[in-house]
Amino acid sequence: MADRFPSPFDVPVPEGAEGWQELYGYSSIFSEDRREYEDSMFWFQDGVHWPQVLTPWDATLFEYAIASLSQYNTRHLLVPPANGIDYRILNGYAYLTPVPAPEAEIGARVEEFMKRAGFYFMNWDDLYGKWMVKIRDLVGELESLKIAALPDVESFEDVVESGRGVGSGYDLIDAYSRLLSLSLKLWQYHFEFLNLGYAAYLDYFGFCKQVFPNIPDLAIAKMVAGVDVDLFRPDDELKRLARLARDSGVSEAFAAGDVEATCAVLKSTDAGNSWIASFQESAEPWFNFSNGSGFYHTDKIWIENVEIPFDFIRNYINMLNDGGDLARPIEAVRAERDRIVNEYMELLTSDEDREAFQGKLGLARTVFPYVENHNFYVEHWSHSVIWRKMRTLGEIFVEQGFLTEPNDIFYLKRNEIPDALWDLYAAWATPAPARGPKYWPAKVAERKRIVTALKTVKPLPALGVPPEVVTEPFTVMLWGITSDSVNAWLGGGPGDSGGAIKGFAASPGVAEGPARVIFSADQINEIQDGEILVAPLTAPSWAPIFGKIGATVTDTGGMMSHAAIVCREYGLPAVTGTGFATSSIRTGQRIRVDGSNGTVTLLDD
Amino acid sequence: MSSITWFESYWAGIKHEMGGKAASLGEMMGAGLPVPPGYAITTVAYASARDAGDIDAKIAHHLDGLDIRDTDDVTRRCALIRDHIRTMEIPADLERDIRTAYDVLSARSGVADVPVAVRSSATSEDSPDASFAGEHDTYLWVRGGDDVIDAVRRCWASLFTDRATCYRVEMGYDHRTVEMCVVVQKMVRPKSAGVAFTLNPIDGDRSQVAIDSAWGFGEGVVSGEITPDNFLVDKVIREIGRRIISTKECEFRLSDHDTVEKVPLDPERASAPSLTDNEIKAIAVLARTAEKHYGCPQDIEWAVDADLPDGQNVILLQARPETVWSKKVPAARASATSGDFMSSIVSTLMSPLYSRDSAGSSEKK
Repeated sequence: MADRFPSPFDVPVPEGAEGWQELYGYSSIFSEDRREYEDSMFWFQDGVHWPQVLTPWDATLFEYAIASLSQYNTRHLLVPPANGIDYRILNGYAYLTPVPAPEAEIGARVEEFMKRAGFYFMNWDDLYGKWMVKIRDLVGELESLKIAALPDVESFEDVVESGRGVGSGYDLIDAYSRLLSLSLKLWQYHFEFLNLGYAAYLDYFGFCKQVFPNIPDLAIAKMVAGVDVDLFRPDDELKRLARLARDSGVSEAFAAGDVEATCAVLKSTDAGNSWIASFQESAEPWFNFSNGSGFYHTDKIWIENVEIPFDFIRNYINMLNDGGDLARPIEAVRAERDRIVNEYMELLTSDEDREAFQGKLGLARTVFPYVENHNFYVEHWSHSVIWRKMRTLGEIFVEQGFLTEPNDIFYLKRNEIPDALWDLYAAWATPAPARGPKYWPAKVAERKRIVTALKTVKPLPALGVPPEVVTEPFTVMLWGITSDSVNAWLGGGPGDSGGAIKGFAASPGVAEGPARVIFSADQINEIQDGEILVAPLTAPSWAPIFGKIGATVTDTGGMMSHAAIVCREYGLPAVTGTGFATSSIRTGQRIRVDGSNGTVTLLDD
Repeated sequence: MSSITWFESYWAGIKHEMGGKAASLGEMMGAGLPVPPGYAITTVAYASARDAGDIDAKIAHHLDGLDIRDTDDVTRRCALIRDHIRTMEIPADLERDIRTAYDVLSARSGVADVPVAVRSSATSEDSPDASFAGEHDTYLWVRGGDDVIDAVRRCWASLFTDRATCYRVEMGYDHRTVEMCVVVQKMVRPKSAGVAFTLNPIDGDRSQVAIDSAWGFGEGVVSGEITPDNFLVDKVIREIGRRIISTKECEFRLSDHDTVEKVPLDPERASAPSLTDNEIKAIAVLARTAEKHYGCPQDIEWAVDADLPDGQNVILLQARPETVWSKKVPAARASATSGDFMSSIVSTLMSPLYSRDSAGSSEKK
């Protein structure tokens, strides 16, 4: 077994992807200029959030997210042992490296950290209440950004008569710059609480492991997990709409075929129209829900692809008609959570331990709603709006011949767009020919070709020399990367573990069935009843298929990944963070998933 | 007032009809601690047999003018009484009830003429003399209604051992007030058996049940002659966190002449798990129930009965307090008890506790 991963400088460029570096910011790629530093670090590919090749603009949110994370660790909170996370893009894939705080500084950081983090913990509910207001305001600001084609003549009323003094060209340039600054602000908000939430969770986790050395991670997670989580709300809305359709007698409309046909039938009756109104009410905000991680412009958002929620609703109506019960067993989940807490409490042997347990559990439960809910507000709702606004901007470029289709805009780097906008604006102002129509289409075509070539090669899981033991708390908690997973990567795959695939025991139980290996959300309609879902990772918006499947296996993610959380909610076995499941398992192959032990066994050759 | 009481129908109000042993079996059953199934032939039954068999008169006759210092004479007279009881007619309805109960037990076990243990259960609280009964009053591997009836009568007869009889005479107790209950209980025929601790014996973790298990009777596990399978189960979420399957080279099983013998196993069976997951979980639940019932960590012996249906086949044989870890004073928890919650969070972030090797992946190995 090798003891290190290839140097980032030794990784070959996929055939046809030469020149890929031009797609990303100069500071986001490996270079000879920082080689000594870059070669000294251990880099892992972030398959939890960015499993696919990034297009130039999509790299924006990656960079914003990671730098914001770092900033909170280093500049706001002074987390004693951990500086930030450095990032690079290699062959289109996102790589991260945790940067420890210098040994000598750790002591001095403690006091500040206690003051700053302590303030947040002591005032959590109040600050979280403010966060909810801030995030909604931010979404509102994003929604209000006016991105519109430039008019031949400015409006008399709005511009001339009002004495406004600036025109639509200025507004468009300004809107894009505000889109960027609001996107960065969004990620600042995201990390205002997240690391603290995880720190409190880790402390509680560590205590549980101390008093009960063999307690399953799962039990620890179950005691904290919320029951009414905003992340489950979109799915709950689908179920509500399915019930409404049946109860108001309009479910027949869903047999009509596609969305258009269904809507035509619905619109012919009063009940149908009120169902549509109710759908629209749910849609904002709950169907601003991505079928992926929310980090890719290609992720499909329900509200823009209404066939997705319609398909799910149709399935739910069918389940209702078959006598199924769509309700999540909320009361049962809650009662089970209380039982677990009480029983562990009974097993503690001293009053001090019971007091400490209650305190830590209490804090973990205080912070956990943010950990569970922020994902909807940031990666789903806000990102949905960002992608929409960007596509609108793309349409403007298409109209002016800069781009062939609106999504081409994501093949421009974020800082190239002000240049292109300038070109477009100046040509409109003069008027005179813009260079863009001659310049961008060829460039975009070339970049698309490169991205296609990059996609043909799977990323290496890691680069450089791994630490002897992975101890960095956030690496383990947020990315599920451990000494075990590093060793499995070095071993080159599941061959080392005797045919069984190992991962995190993320949700208990055992299930057998035929595998359905899917690589993207577009394929989720292929899943048949009783199959076992095998995917690189899952997204919260896949919730409706969890009623069909027997178990879940993912390549990436830990105990707190979406697949883990949703499977625990649905009582399905799950093994996460296997590293190789999607490349080791074929669709149709019978497998056994043991979510209690974290193993997947291939039953067919 | 009934002649036959199944263990599961026991309640405190009928304790006086049951005797100590039968009452404790009933109490355990009621507490969710499944002992081998069976029933008590109560003091009511003995009383009706005694009345019908006119035993009191026989006793009075045989003991008339007894000198308890004449041990030969005591032995002779007591033997006559016991012979009488062993051969007396039992009232037809009582005999039918005993046979019916035995047939029900056989049916529940899925075995015709199920082997049972028949033993006396004295009502010692009321009549201390009765505690002398019981020296030779246990009959194992009894099969068939006739033999059960015979064993029951032998138990009743054991009230009149030389020692018990002399004691009553000496103390001036009336032989007619002596009462006796008899227990009929399925002999366990273990598919597998072993021990369980209600804590992890390696680190004292009280959230775990540690199970050692091997094929057949538990003798080999208890004595250490067999390296058992080992399982670690979380008490609360009942997940099996660790399973070590050993090569169990032999098993203890029942011979043709009702003794336990050690036999070698073929390699396939030797290396197969001696418990299913459901059985492992049932043993863990049983161990935890015993711990709760007795109020302290327990060390239990259990068996999985080969005859009983799934879900009822995990049987408690014995429970006693665990002594090693229970006496230890828990180590001080540095992060739990010192300082405020922020110091604890800081030390959590600083310590490598949450490296996967120490934290969660014991089950991944």
